[in-house]
Amino acid sequence: MAEPHPNLRGSIPSFRPPLVGTVVRSAMPFLIVIAIAMTIQLFVRPNINSYLAIQLLTIGVNIVLAVSLNIVNGFTGQFSMGHAGFLAVGGYVSGSVTSYFSLTQWGSKDMVGGVLSGMPLDAAGLPWFAAGDLMFPVALICGGLVAALLGLAVGLPSLRLRGDYLAIVTLGFGEIIRVLIQQTPAVVKTVEQAQSTNFLELATSVGGALGFTGLPTYTSLFWVWLFAGITILVAYRLKISSPGRAFLSIREDEIASEAMGVNTTRYKVWAFVIAAFFAGVAGGLSAHTLGVALGPVDAGFLRSFDIIIMVVLGGLGSISGAAIAAAVVTLLPEYLRPVAEYRMIIFALALVLMMILRPKGLLGVREVWDASLWRAILRLDKAPKKGRP
Amino acid sequence: MTAPLLKVSHLTKSFGGLTAVQDFSLTLTEQSLHALIGPNGAGKTTVFNLLTAVYQPDKGDVALAGKRLTGLRPYQIAQAGMARTFQNIRLFRELSVLENVRVACHLRCPHGMPAAIFRTRGHRAQEAAITQRCTDLLKTFNLANRAHEQARNLPYGDQRRLEIARAIATGPRVLLLDEPAAGMNPQEKKELRVLIRSIRDRFALAILLIEHDMGVVMDLCERITVLDYGKTIAEGPPEKVQKDPKVIEAYLGAPAAL
Repeated sequence: MAEPHPNLRGSIPSFRPPLVGTVVRSAMPFLIVIAIAMTIQLFVRPNINSYLAIQLLTIGVNIVLAVSLNIVNGFTGQFSMGHAGFLAVGGYVSGSVTSYFSLTQWGSKDMVGGVLSGMPLDAAGLPWFAAGDLMFPVALICGGLVAALLGLAVGLPSLRLRGDYLAIVTLGFGEIIRVLIQQTPAVVKTVEQAQSTNFLELATSVGGALGFTGLPTYTSLFWVWLFAGITILVAYRLKISSPGRAFLSIREDEIASEAMGVNTTRYKVWAFVIAAFFAGVAGGLSAHTLGVALGPVDAGFLRSFDIIIMVVLGGLGSISGAAIAAAVVTLLPEYLRPVAEYRMIIFALALVLMMILRPKGLLGVREVWDASLWRAILRLDKAPKKGRP
Repeated sequence: MTAPLLKVSHLTKSFGGLTAVQDFSLTLTEQSLHALIGPNGAGKTTVFNLLTAVYQPDKGDVALAGKRLTGLRPYQIAQAGMARTFQNIRLFRELSVLENVRVACHLRCPHGMPAAIFRTRGHRAQEAAITQRCTDLLKTFNLANRAHEQARNLPYGDQRRLEIARAIATGPRVLLLDEPAAGMNPQEKKELRVLIRSIRDRFALAILLIEHDMGVVMDLCERITVLDYGKTIAEGPPEKVQKDPKVIEAYLGAPAAL
């Protein structure tokens, strides 16, 4: 027949794309994300009221949570119910870093932030940049890393389990975190007290059942939308790449995936670790929000369910779907406030209807930017054929 | 040409009291075409599952080009150079045809997750190479025009061919085909015979296939192994196996005792 296929057995042959172009294309989306987040903080925030700003902030945090959980539940097809556990861990770790670093280094837990941090109505009085602006992202990433480490610890033994069993283990994990947090000592409030306690004890003095109070309120629209953008970008780049296809193949058929050379255990653990990292960051963002009380209940299964609902509504495997659903699920209760007594009923009904009409969620696995989705919506395609067995 | 590429020796597997495969031995040379036949329940698919480590054998050894495969996980077997298709097609149904094949290139990819997140040069080169290679492969299998369709929407025959294409994308030296002709019409079967021969030559593969269609088996294969109740009852070239009384007995029953 034709010429033999080149080098099919060895590694895939490499050619080198130009360096400059690669760097630009690699960094550009991240820069755009930063620019968007700054625009929201500097130009949108001053022109909207605080109520709307809080809504926008909550949506951003929920996008981080939903999109990251989608990597496990959507891409890889595992069913994790412990996402709130990672959220709480990230919140507590970053909260511990910011409050006790501030207390020991700067003498108080007050915010030392510039215009990018905090949610001031009038940012005019704030400096462009302050030391706290540097500490906060470091704290967030610390929270994320500890959560990721925990994700690894939970993932390694439990990802040998499938389906319901994995769901139960992850559910149990969240509850363990909740109970452990309840056992922690009271929050340290003064410099003298902080200096007299040793490092480990200080770091774990996070308030127990009373909740972790008095955190500096660094979380702003900038930080939230920065991390929402990064989460979406990372999820997207994973989805369209070789490791992402490995995730999806596990969801589609684990046996075939393994037979085609995918180390399924390794990829499942990776999915878990990445998702846990972003959940941890989201926890940090949520913990440092003005008016939000961080407590052990944040690790509980009710919070996990909230996130699962977003992922399932948006479409398992759809990044944009999860993001849209995060926004809808955040806003819906607000708009149902006039019929407050019935809003949970309406919410539940909406869920049931959704499961009947669109069992694969709002978008299924597709994204809002996929041409096939729009063709389907505009009915340009023929009606979808029933798949033959 | 005659050095053993795949050497299977004394493979045995029991499920509870049932010995599904007993003392199964087989030698495949480079670029040979070998069939594994036998009545339903003879243990043919179990042999495939043992070779690809879906099951671990109770006894016996598998070696590919001198490398021992026993005890490895399925993905490591694929990396070592043995790929398979499944009796009941196992495609990644919701993924596109192209993506199905691209997944199978995964095991030859040196650049992993951090490279994917930061879109490094190596990553981009790798993705471009994968896409190129898979597009070529789909052309070989006449599937290029359906590359962006969901795999589950393909007609049955195309699904079977896509599964073979996907297995070949892993870069195997030995290809295991589990009933490739099942459910095909005579025309499709004819095309399949041509296809199997051509991929054997083009990709320099040794092919072991399970098949019920004797036309395909006798026409295509140089050697045949016959299994019945887990035991190998005959082995040899098609002409010899066809006349073997034990084989006739297994398929048609024993001649009436007079």
